[in-house]
Amino acid sequence: MQRRNSRWLIGAGLTVAGALTLSACGSGSGFGGDTAATGGELTSDSSQGLNILIGSSGDAETASVNAAVAAWSEESGTDAKVSVASDLNQQLAQGFAAQKPADVFYLSTDALAGYASNGSLLAYGDELANKDDFYPSLVSSFTYDGEFYCAPKDFSTLQLIINTDLWAQAGLTDADIPTTWDELAAVSKTLTTPERVGLAIGGEYARLGAFMAEAGGSLMNEDSTEATANSAENVAGLEYAQTLLNDGVMSYASEIGAGWGGEAFGKQLSAMTIEGNWITGAMKNDFPDVKYTVAELPEGPEGKGTMQFTNCWGIAADSPNQAAALELVEQLTSKDAQLTFSEEFGPMPSIQSAAEEWKISNPTLVAFLNGADYAKGVPNVQGAADVVSDLNAQLESLKTGDATAILDSTQQNLEALLK
Amino acid sequence: MSTPARTSRRSGIRGGEAASGWLFTAPMIILLGMFLVIPVLMALWVSFSDWNGRGSPFSGSVSFVGLDNYSALVGGGGLAEQDFGTALRNNAWYVLLVVPIQTMLSLFLAVLVNRQILRGRGFFRTAFYFPSVTSSVAITVLWLFLFSATGAVKKLLAFVGVNGPNWFNDPSGVLHNILGVFGVQTGPAALTDNSFLGISFWEWLAGPSVAMSAFILMAVFTTSGTFMLLFIAALQNLSGDVVEAAMMDGANGWQRFWRVTLPQLRPTLFTVLTLGLIGAWQVFDQIYTGTQGGPGKTTLTPAYLSYQTAFTNQAWGQGAAIAFILFVIIVVFTLFQRWLLAERKVSVRRMRPYLQTPTSGGSR
Repeated sequence: MQRRNSRWLIGAGLTVAGALTLSACGSGSGFGGDTAATGGELTSDSSQGLNILIGSSGDAETASVNAAVAAWSEESGTDAKVSVASDLNQQLAQGFAAQKPADVFYLSTDALAGYASNGSLLAYGDELANKDDFYPSLVSSFTYDGEFYCAPKDFSTLQLIINTDLWAQAGLTDADIPTTWDELAAVSKTLTTPERVGLAIGGEYARLGAFMAEAGGSLMNEDSTEATANSAENVAGLEYAQTLLNDGVMSYASEIGAGWGGEAFGKQLSAMTIEGNWITGAMKNDFPDVKYTVAELPEGPEGKGTMQFTNCWGIAADSPNQAAALELVEQLTSKDAQLTFSEEFGPMPSIQSAAEEWKISNPTLVAFLNGADYAKGVPNVQGAADVVSDLNAQLESLKTGDATAILDSTQQNLEALLK
Repeated sequence: MSTPARTSRRSGIRGGEAASGWLFTAPMIILLGMFLVIPVLMALWVSFSDWNGRGSPFSGSVSFVGLDNYSALVGGGGLAEQDFGTALRNNAWYVLLVVPIQTMLSLFLAVLVNRQILRGRGFFRTAFYFPSVTSSVAITVLWLFLFSATGAVKKLLAFVGVNGPNWFNDPSGVLHNILGVFGVQTGPAALTDNSFLGISFWEWLAGPSVAMSAFILMAVFTTSGTFMLLFIAALQNLSGDVVEAAMMDGANGWQRFWRVTLPQLRPTLFTVLTLGLIGAWQVFDQIYTGTQGGPGKTTLTPAYLSYQTAFTNQAWGQGAAIAFILFVIIVVFTLFQRWLLAERKVSVRRMRPYLQTPTSGGSR
């Protein structure tokens, strides 16, 4: 019996030793990496090239980012390599755990709080030369705990997309483009036929939130310090959407066999949809024959409202060459670079100084950029993504649900995050 | 213990055997240790720590938090508990339906293709096995097309006059829907007011959602081929004389199957049920490529929730805790089933028909 016990002990000992060895390998330089990030001074080990990790929407975006980075690399003499992530969150997480993350990467508003709170990110926002040029609402989307973490890469807003042929067929003219909720309900009704529905949207907060914004509400206040999910304004917004759904003039895209609003619109299953400027790429590639126009969303009881979505260029706290990374980001968010990106794969520049030129070169899409003045961002407290996905789950049955009860549970979940 | 005997045996001609034994098994032990045992132990530590995903989980800044991660899941009262409860509910229904159906179907198919008189047995065996060798991702994509709102299944149902559901977009529970047909829209207060793991008993009893049902069909479709193969192998191992003896005793085909063939398949049945149970509790690929937990979180499973909690929400401890709770669930289920299928002495009650008692007037 003795012998058996000692064997077990040896086995267990070996396992633990192995675990410690493995973890030591994983941590690389170990604990030393932190000092630079907290010390205030940027690291600038120029012998190290930069790794850039992006979540690309397609070949156009990959080629465009590659070209921009290559141009910077040549000019600055620092090596830089762009990789396209197949699962950005997972690859970022692996990098941070191994303390060998990509130096510069795409970062969504959802992921900001998690990485910022565990110290993975460099809060470099205030050191940007072009800091004041970014739209303030975008800056607040990437401000966590009072610190401006990363430079907004670009942004999108939601607006109303109208199929011009179906519009004309229904006997409607430019003068009928809806500017109020009542008018939207009326034209949706006119456009609804047995074959198609007037308006189709994705059944989620990221679309229905526009109605809440038009009614003057949002899930959280501007700097995400207070939950305002069950405000009367939000309830009014959802109840309006509920009425449209129950009147049969608006449908969720999933109900009519489409993956998202753009697909329903492109397949002409609906005459209108509410989507962001990414829809232009889908229309050009998949549905080139469908003619459409973009109008601003109608005003709700509290005026204009829409939602905005954005990503930023994150820089890792563990990057050995933060100074070069910062230079690269300044270059990538400059006016010229952003206008080129916009031309090549369609996002809107995140800086105000590029607005006029963008409007001139994209006259049909002006409505999207106008949205920047009144758009609201999504909450960015840690865990908000979970709350939003729970809200989305409930919104799927909004038609038969109770708007107040849905928002009450969201309020409760958001308050739990702030404790 | 007889220590002297042992040493004497070792010092003899077989002395080097233990060393060579270790030497031969060492590569596998090292591989399994490196890639299985140690990572599992590291994950176990993470589930008890406040590691936040940056740097090594063994660095000095990570501290032991006891059962905090576990208690947030099973008694935290927040969204984490509710999500975990929902995931368990979904997966429990999935297991409850997938495991029995796939076992019965695979046994049925095995018996069919094992018959000597069947023409083209080879073809049928290949056809039934085919879904098993296809990648689960490919099958999921196929399923998404078949069950889409304008897909083949819906059209087929429409052809026979049934207005089919919008499969992957329908979050309503099947049992709730059936009750709804009989006019029961809301449950009794006893069920709706009390809850377990953050969701009410009425919600626990919702049944699999329509979307989950599509996944259940898919699991049955893909795995019954594999298990059919196991059953065929077992059936071919059975000796014909036992069946012949049963024939001579006048047992008909039905009795021969239930009383003679099936009891002999017990070890295979155990394997199939265990593998099925483990596979069904660990369902991940289909969810990851298919629905990501939607619609209405009704296809969320603990395995997917664990991934999402760790990688998307950066709650690594909680993600690892979910994985270990899932591990415990699987072990408990397997032990229970092992107990259920264990060989026991035939009870007196079941013995009685076979016993010849003098008062009954002898055998027929």
